Amino acid sequence: MTQDTDPTPLDEEPRDDVGTPEDAPDMIAPDAAPGEEPEESPDEADTDDVFVPDPSVFAEDGDPDGATSYLASGADWDDIVAEQAERTDSVIVVNMGPTHPSTHGVMRLVLEMDGETVLSLRPGIGYLHTGIEKQMEYRTWVQGSPLISRCNYVASTANEAVYCLAVDKLLGITDDIPERANVLRVMAMEVNRIASHLIAIGSGALELGATSVTMVCLQEREHCLEFTDSYCGLRMNHGYIRPGGVASDLPSDGLDRLRELVRLLESNLPAIAEFTLEQPIIKLRMEHVGTLDLAQCMALGATGPTLRATGYGWDLRKMQPYCGYDTYDFDVCIDTGMDSFARWKIRLAEMDESVKILKQCIEKLERTIGQPFVIDDPRIGPAATMTVGADGQGASNEHVKLLMGQSMEALIRHFKKVTAGFTVPPGQVYTAVEAPGGEIGCHLVSDGGLKPYRVHLRDPGFHHAQTMPMMCEGGMLSDVIVALGSIDPVMGGVDR
Amino acid sequence: MSESTPSTARGVVPARDEGIPGVVGTRSGLFGDDHGSAEVSGFGVIDEVVYAPPASAPPYGGWFDLVARRLRQLFPSAVTQVVVYRGEITFYVERRALPDLVRELRDDDTLRFEALMSVSGVHYPAQTGHEFHVVYDLLSMTHNRRIRLETTCPAADPHVPSVTPTYPMANYDEREVWDMFGVIFDGHPGLTRILMPDDWVGHPQRKDYPLGGIPVEFKGAVVPPVDERGGRRP
Repeated sequence: MTQDTDPTPLDEEPRDDVGTPEDAPDMIAPDAAPGEEPEESPDEADTDDVFVPDPSVFAEDGDPDGATSYLASGADWDDIVAEQAERTDSVIVVNMGPTHPSTHGVMRLVLEMDGETVLSLRPGIGYLHTGIEKQMEYRTWVQGSPLISRCNYVASTANEAVYCLAVDKLLGITDDIPERANVLRVMAMEVNRIASHLIAIGSGALELGATSVTMVCLQEREHCLEFTDSYCGLRMNHGYIRPGGVASDLPSDGLDRLRELVRLLESNLPAIAEFTLEQPIIKLRMEHVGTLDLAQCMALGATGPTLRATGYGWDLRKMQPYCGYDTYDFDVCIDTGMDSFARWKIRLAEMDESVKILKQCIEKLERTIGQPFVIDDPRIGPAATMTVGADGQGASNEHVKLLMGQSMEALIRHFKKVTAGFTVPPGQVYTAVEAPGGEIGCHLVSDGGLKPYRVHLRDPGFHHAQTMPMMCEGGMLSDVIVALGSIDPVMGGVDR
Repeated sequence: MSESTPSTARGVVPARDEGIPGVVGTRSGLFGDDHGSAEVSGFGVIDEVVYAPPASAPPYGGWFDLVARRLRQLFPSAVTQVVVYRGEITFYVERRALPDLVRELRDDDTLRFEALMSVSGVHYPAQTGHEFHVVYDLLSMTHNRRIRLETTCPAADPHVPSVTPTYPMANYDEREVWDMFGVIFDGHPGLTRILMPDDWVGHPQRKDYPLGGIPVEFKGAVVPPVDERGGRRP
């Protein structure tokens, strides 16, 4: 098959569209075309701005100092075999990842193996680093919510919650958040916790080859995502929790949907526990695998189900309540197994507790129908009152009428709020919430401006990644995957 | 407490014990960066110096005094300044004293901060001699308390002693602060880049590092950095 006889349609179509270089969008630099001299010589424009790497800072082959480093560049297979033959021991280096499907995102594990035994393990992370913390310094306080939501995309509501609680705290309005806003926040967080645990359990089982568990978990998660979709319009990356409250109230059928979700979860979730907890293969694969005792958890900063699997019932929802969690009746799930199976059991039990919390949310939401879902502060609240019309969500007719026909000041304020947002007093705070994976924290610094000065997200997965050597060294290669699944790192959150 | 924790300290020169100036930065105009913009309202030429919340004087309230007193007892000169703001206490400490201080914070019976939950860097280019701040958020699970330590280092000498001998969990955190800010943690077991590629040059979270200032490279084409596309600024 040659180009002449059989040009692919893909090759042909863009040719018709490509016009003169002036038509090209400025996204694509026309200067880059080969053979053309760029208008500006890079030397003139960039002498001051561009880093010129100093070659002396990098180690080269044959440099005497430094431990062996393993790079992802790859090599000829014959060279690898020859290098291995030169070694006198039987240690081989296995590079797992960075795109291995059974790791939770793009994670790389470098293992030194003696046969099937892991001698050393070093996680390599950063492949999903997108600079979200840096980007947030260039966005308004409200825009930060949907942006930080994209860190840990499986448990995104916890990211939003911890960021918005930090903004609330800097604004000094933590105690002024209306009750209904807090209930809606709790509802969103707990639905998301169930969805996240279902992914942890489902993908954990998939990594063992148990596809039916995955399918059941994904099916239940689908119910959670559909509910999320119904109140904020998005299945993932919601941006629902905002500084001062939440983005919108439940829709008119929201409570019915929530009741239906609770009914479904109550009837279906126990089945997952029934067919996994006594399953001999799952038990054989998970028990006494990936062990972390309390001292190790404390040394390496493990929190959440990993810490509670050592029998220590540390749950921020109980210990340092936020969003009114102290008014809910639920239990902290602990286990004493210290292994992957204990974490599995804790996640299963925590979903039941979350359903319990959701049922209490229903009561509270019924009681607070019609009450505000965002703080009563014209500076911080949403710019417009929103309604859902036939063509989707938009500003309500009353609001448009006010802006266009009645009040110039309201129009100015609307414009200022949409374009600039609000300022937050200078200072710094650290807030922490119990994310599905453990403690997620937000260190937030404000310089009194319209944008954050510095946002730092303490993601539980980031700290759990450093427990991997402790859990896996000395164990089997096949247990690495089980251990990794049991700490449920989501690389979007680890790398941010 | 309300006297020592004003909601905004803008324009107020705080009383400082020593060392750390409180300037967070300067802003100009209505939107913070109006220099060179085309707006004609006149706000664009107004410069404003922003200060961090001022130092607090004892009593700090509640268990804050207990911790502060015990720290003062153990290390009479290490804590240069205490700030209580939004119900949180921050101890500014000398970087030299940090390793001994955190060991006592972890081991002392009245302190017992077992966990260092987060290490975060902040870059204040306006604070000459204290450009880089390293912020440690500690948690005591025994007493259910949180405190914050903050230490600084100049850009010319960006060295801070590592706390990994006391808190092994700070390993990745300190690598991240090195990666993002270029603060060198002396005594860290393996201070290498963690989020950026190993051969990256520069420290992206510094304030003088542009957002999206790196061209995106595809095979056969280059997309210019965000701040150079179509005359836009990020």
